[in-house]
Amino acid sequence: MDLLWSDEDERFRAELRAWIAGALPQLPPESTREDWQARRHRDTTWQRMLHDAGYAGINWPVEVGGRGASLSEQLVFYEEITNARAPNVGVNFVGLLHAGPTLIAEAAEAQRSRHLPAILRGDEVWCQGFSEPEAGSDLASLRTRAVRDGDDYVITGHKIWTSFAQVSDYCELLVRTHPDAPKHKGITWLILPMDTPGVDVRPLRTVLGSSEFSELYLDEVRVPVANRVGAENDGWRVAMVTFSFERGTSLVSEMVEARRQLDELVKVAKVVERGRGTAWDDTGLRREIGHAAAELDALWNMVKRTVSEAARTGVPGVGASVVKLYYTELIQRIGDLAMRVLDRASLSLDDVYDHSGHFVEERLRVLALTIAAGSSQIQRNIIGERILGLPR
Amino acid sequence: MDFTLSSDQEALQEAVRKLCEGRFPIGRVRAMADVGGVDRTLWRELADAGVFSLRLSEDEGGAGLGMAEAALVFEELGRALVPGPLVWTHLAAGLIRGAAEGDTVVGGLQRQDEPFLVEHPDVIDVLVAVDDDGLWEVDRSRLSARPVSWPLDPLTPVHVAGGLLRGERRGVPGDAARWRMEGAVLTGAFLLGMAGALTEMSVAYAKERQQFDKAIGSFQAIKHLLADMFVRTEVARAAVYAAAVHLDEPALGPPARAVSGAKLLAGEAATLNAKTATQVHGGMGFTWEVDVHLYLKRAWVLDVAFGTGDMHADTVATLIDD
Repeated sequence: MDLLWSDEDERFRAELRAWIAGALPQLPPESTREDWQARRHRDTTWQRMLHDAGYAGINWPVEVGGRGASLSEQLVFYEEITNARAPNVGVNFVGLLHAGPTLIAEAAEAQRSRHLPAILRGDEVWCQGFSEPEAGSDLASLRTRAVRDGDDYVITGHKIWTSFAQVSDYCELLVRTHPDAPKHKGITWLILPMDTPGVDVRPLRTVLGSSEFSELYLDEVRVPVANRVGAENDGWRVAMVTFSFERGTSLVSEMVEARRQLDELVKVAKVVERGRGTAWDDTGLRREIGHAAAELDALWNMVKRTVSEAARTGVPGVGASVVKLYYTELIQRIGDLAMRVLDRASLSLDDVYDHSGHFVEERLRVLALTIAAGSSQIQRNIIGERILGLPR
Repeated sequence: MDFTLSSDQEALQEAVRKLCEGRFPIGRVRAMADVGGVDRTLWRELADAGVFSLRLSEDEGGAGLGMAEAALVFEELGRALVPGPLVWTHLAAGLIRGAAEGDTVVGGLQRQDEPFLVEHPDVIDVLVAVDDDGLWEVDRSRLSARPVSWPLDPLTPVHVAGGLLRGERRGVPGDAARWRMEGAVLTGAFLLGMAGALTEMSVAYAKERQQFDKAIGSFQAIKHLLADMFVRTEVARAAVYAAAVHLDEPALGPPARAVSGAKLLAGEAATLNAKTATQVHGGMGFTWEVDVHLYLKRAWVLDVAFGTGDMHADTVATLIDD
């Protein structure tokens, strides 16, 4: 058991830190929340800068143009990017962390060479068309129909929770191609160009008041059979490739960010007046913050453990569901602590004092985390059944 | 960075687990309540296996191993619920004659306000008190103490004592600080092993116990309790192993935050898992016959050894912006 970064990791960190310091000032300014074109522009500009500097696709293999970084270098990458407050993946989330890895694992050569370099350069933005109004936790019951007509599939249906749909070029889409087969056996994974006639994007307003998510209405949308990834009716297995990525790596930068936020919260608590002292003088509150810090430390070490196991065995361990479940519930408790520290300042999403509005916005945002990508209840079922071997 | 067990560490873990399964089956552990929690023959077997001496150098008769290995050993001892002042005797190895060899059973306590409770009073040969000024060997014969007829944990007999004499100095303040941290991590490791054993016990029971014509483990209300037990244990594991590694590797920085986090989370994992295990076992969980209560009581005993959860949470908090 060794927690020291290697000399190579430290060299990588130093180089990356120097590059970020030079690159950040060249980035377009942050846009308002609802200016989706500007958000796309900023995130894809950053992606292009990463690409030109050789940092794009940090976890992608070198053969497809990625960095092919070791797992420990990936952790270093997320630490540095987050601590420097450089953009995270943003609108490139699905392309880099879901669709891209799925294409790498499952797609034909023509599909890979068509899309992977474009995703890495920030030229293509992807979204995800998996969930439906009637297919949430029970995703495999999805009903969006695709009927073969010559060289096309003709698709009609309704997707929901599609992030960044309004600025996406492509959608990784799950459709039902065999309605009579058992539900897991009749699903196909398709690449849907978002400018295809019949695709209607309707933004969905979240509790944040903004429109990260959209609904997709698909009305006789024609997608070439050549856009299918994997075999017809084998889409569930293809989709599972994506899920392991979704639960594995995508929380890492969230977690680094949470550690930074907790440090910020302590700073705020030390200046917010409470009674005769500050919020930090409240022993009960302070202990709960210390408790949360211990849990975050432990989770970060658990990530290192999971990553080390994956590096040694080649497969991600059982850690992914455990980290997902624990982290998402913890970050909500930290959000509650922030609201208690802020007291009346929590009534405003605008800053009442330094960053106070950001804490309130975060408290709302993290409500989604215990629901998205497999709800906490689904994670507990997975842990109970697949790890502990309990009967269904 | 490779935060997995080396093959040597896996072999050590396996060996101690085998030893515990062979020599400390739960029936024998229960019977040790009649001998004050320590059976001298078995105590020497633990010593022969290196439980007390493993961190001493080879010149001193040890194995030259670190806290990481010691934590793995204590996790296994906790899994088997081995009674006795194991942590104190381990800490005293190399300092108190005969501790490493299993000839001297060393007990200990943190000097605190009176009255205070001395654990395993009838079986310890030496009592060490830890305070901010150092380590002190206390003459037990001069303690005014009265036995508790009914200790919380039947395997942790206690005396209530008043008036702790200063004793003979056995260490400087730096030694005391080190004992506190190492003691917290080893106790945390023991609690971690207990948390894991409780999860396994409860999962096995939930697969076997039938109600409404089904194994109760198929009900989500039970399944989710068990999933949380597993998750809590794994989080505590990451914390305990990391704290041990921090104590072994000074280049990682001051270990206090990792140590306090480990003790806090391991104590919670064991106590919460024991309470959940009681619930999962239903009425049987409330009986003397089922082993769960022995784990719950020990978890409570150890949760207030080497610092309470509240104290450690406060310590982590004060170290956040350091």
